[in-house]
Amino acid sequence: MALTKQATSIVSSAEEHTNDVDRESPARLPIAASLILGGLSCIGMLASIWLIFFYTPIDALQGVTQRIFYFHVPTAWVGMSAFVVMTIAGIIYLIKPDERLDWIARASGEIGAVFLTFLLITGSLWGKPIWGAWWVWDPKLTAALILWFMFIGYLMLRSYMGRTAESARIGAVWSVVGVIDVPIIYFSVLWWRGQHPGPQITSDGGLPPAAVLTLMVSLATFTLLYCFLMVLVYQLQRLQTQAQRLRAIVEFE
Amino acid sequence: MTEMRIFLSQVIAILWKDIRYELRSKQTWLGMGMFALLVLVIFNFTFDLRVDNVSAVAPGVLWIAFIFASLLGLGRTLAAEREQSSMDRLLLCPVNRKAIYLAKLLGNLLFIGVVEIVALPVYALLFNVPLPAALLLIVLLGTLGIATIGTLFSVMAAATRARELLLPILVFPLIVPVVISVIQATQQLMVPTVNEPPWIGLLIAFDIIFLSISMLTFQYVIEE
Repeated sequence: MALTKQATSIVSSAEEHTNDVDRESPARLPIAASLILGGLSCIGMLASIWLIFFYTPIDALQGVTQRIFYFHVPTAWVGMSAFVVMTIAGIIYLIKPDERLDWIARASGEIGAVFLTFLLITGSLWGKPIWGAWWVWDPKLTAALILWFMFIGYLMLRSYMGRTAESARIGAVWSVVGVIDVPIIYFSVLWWRGQHPGPQITSDGGLPPAAVLTLMVSLATFTLLYCFLMVLVYQLQRLQTQAQRLRAIVEFE
Repeated sequence: MTEMRIFLSQVIAILWKDIRYELRSKQTWLGMGMFALLVLVIFNFTFDLRVDNVSAVAPGVLWIAFIFASLLGLGRTLAAEREQSSMDRLLLCPVNRKAIYLAKLLGNLLFIGVVEIVALPVYALLFNVPLPAALLLIVLLGTLGIATIGTLFSVMAAATRARELLLPILVFPLIVPVVISVIQATQQLMVPTVNEPPWIGLLIAFDIIFLSISMLTFQYVIEE
């Protein structure tokens, strides 16, 4: 009974998205785009690893530990951008329901969760030798941790609800509330206490030029990597939705 | 003006339905109340409470009890609708979606409020702390913050499998600012210190922000 109901809702959600063009045509994977993006991010990653380990000067105070910074900052940038992409796709979805937007949101959510996990791990690895603790309850750390919980909550919500239009709408609302909440959490913890190092790139040159170059290359590489993964996971979302829909139709008939 | 009157009468009608349903079954109130009392008692065992540390620990204990009990109640926001499968009928009524949200929010606020009024004297008694009148204001504001987000997400989670599991996972991260400010405000009340941010003002600001986001997005959550 419950299965039939779910099948009906999936079929009806398929009918709801009438402006979907990909559904009827057989799956055509964007091999060229993923090859170019994948190749570029591979080259970029090799270049940034060389820059990080051989080119940049060793930090006077923190020693080699500081080099994790060149991985830490880009993962933070990608993780937060992924949440913003997810929210923007969600807002547009609420205005104009199109399941391709939902695939973008969901793909961004999955990738963002991975990058944010790396952010928390690299931060802890840096924090142990420098601060003497794996974790401190500083505003940026707390906000990042809560953001991680939001990504995981989003993914759980989506996987528990199945691929329906309702699930997409609720996911979009969740990301809108989350995106407003993260700055509030940051400031509320800031008023409570603080410890994280401030912004490193200032106008009077906090970082030497070599380090700035490395950081920029690393940032660009991680952004490319994000785009590459987005193309792949988007396709995965599309194919999973199609597979589930076909299964539902077979069971329904 | 008449629109406002119609809106208010819709809110009151839905709220009154929920109150009557609850008065008949008394499930939610009793369950939440007993749960809050049990949390207070369990904390007595987990922390070694002495006169010198009671002011540091007691606000946390109070709010853990309230938050956990609230989540228990919030999970039952749509319990009546689910058990009688009357959600579709409620949605078919020519009622503004915001009215449904507001009624459900006020209902939750009332149920949690009753539990808190019962639990507060017990808390004062068990932990041997004073109960200033300003605490009531903080409790009201904190409960409002938890209930606004909680009502929105309990309606969201109602559509999922494993909703009891999902609701705390969704709600806890979002109410972090409210939790920080209520606990700080409660602590301020017990041991006033200088140079603290205006926690009660911040609490009001968070409540307004959460209430407006929830009001704006609620229609997308229950749209069919």
